[in-house]
Amino acid sequence: MIELETTIKNRAGIHARPSALIAQTAVKYSSRIFLEKAGNKINAKSIMGIITLAASFGSVIKITAEGPDEQAAAEAIKALFDSGFNEELG
Amino acid sequence: METEPSTFTVLDLIDLDLKEQNSLDLKCVAGRSGLGRQITVPDFNRPGLALAGFFESFAWDKLQIFGRGETAYLVKLEQENSHESVDRLFSYSIPCCIFTNSLLPSKSFLDAAESSSCPVLSTPLSSSEFSSRILRILYEIFAPKTTMHGVLVEVFGIGILLIGDSGVGKSETALELIERGHRLVADDVVEIRCVNGSVLMGQGANKMIGHHMEIRGLGIINITHLFGVGAIRDKKQVQLVCQLEDWNPEKVYDRIGMDELTCEILGVKVPKLEIPVKPGRNIPIIVETAAMNERLKKMGYHSAKEFNQNIVRWLESENERTLYFSRDDY
Repeated sequence: MIELETTIKNRAGIHARPSALIAQTAVKYSSRIFLEKAGNKINAKSIMGIITLAASFGSVIKITAEGPDEQAAAEAIKALFDSGFNEELG
Repeated sequence: METEPSTFTVLDLIDLDLKEQNSLDLKCVAGRSGLGRQITVPDFNRPGLALAGFFESFAWDKLQIFGRGETAYLVKLEQENSHESVDRLFSYSIPCCIFTNSLLPSKSFLDAAESSSCPVLSTPLSSSEFSSRILRILYEIFAPKTTMHGVLVEVFGIGILLIGDSGVGKSETALELIERGHRLVADDVVEIRCVNGSVLMGQGANKMIGHHMEIRGLGIINITHLFGVGAIRDKKQVQLVCQLEDWNPEKVYDRIGMDELTCEILGVKVPKLEIPVKPGRNIPIIVETAAMNERLKKMGYHSAKEFNQNIVRWLESENERTLYFSRDDY
């Protein structure tokens, strides 16, 4: 199992489009991937789940991945967060 | 928006969106600066003894409810000009004082509350009515909870939680069930609370998401607008778990239904079905039938067991007949 931490860098936070990007990236990996914010842990392959986190600008998100491609999966998700989903950064 | 799931403040209590028979009708009359005080115990205390000056084992961490008796005693203290017990009461970090029957304390009490930033709330409800409501509400808020990835639907009155890996077809199954006249409770993220230690209540984790669903190829759809209010429900007890999984040729699936699988959620055992998914299998109809079968079981009729008993009885009678006809002395 691998754990990475990241913060939300785009001003608008995780709305529908970023959450779709995360879920689309996550389904490419066979590992089980989770995102966690303030004790709320959800499946990164579910768009609605990600939106439920209510991750606004500056929130700290913990990414956990478990499975055969955990390292690549967690890094790919973290890279998405770090790029700010090609949106305006805060 | 709650920031920390485990903290519940007095402001959250006033903010609760409760319907008619649950409404607490609370108004803040003093001590607004203390509205951020946390409620940590799902219980209340009647501070009669404390007002009389007896502070041993004083339950200061509970909500303090002032009814007619306590308020009348406050008036008496006021007339006697004795402020000692009230001052001592506010020296504790009590979450808040609640006056029932629309009663209001004297100015000096409110000033004391204000200066120690202890919120004073007022409600038109009677003490007994208020106490039973607040206990029910607090128990629900403080109930152990968890979130599960799945879809909660109500099928023929049975709350069914569909679980399974991403892409196995949970949402599509739920959509077909809604189309067939059943109800959606929550999609994707289901918050489950264990009420009274034995009942699992499921609801959507987030009001914002409401009754939206994500269907691959369609995107996000609004179930309330598409299918009407009859197609949704706010919360429902989880009574059956259906685990959808890709058909695994190596795995032995239940063919009779005599052995009952269960699934443990927050320490409560719920009947569980493992439903293999394969093209050509109509999952919604299987789920619908499972719901009806579950209702039959609750009414005391177990299809598989009853069927087997009939077979055993028939075999026995056949056995007796053969014995009878094969007797030598006949």
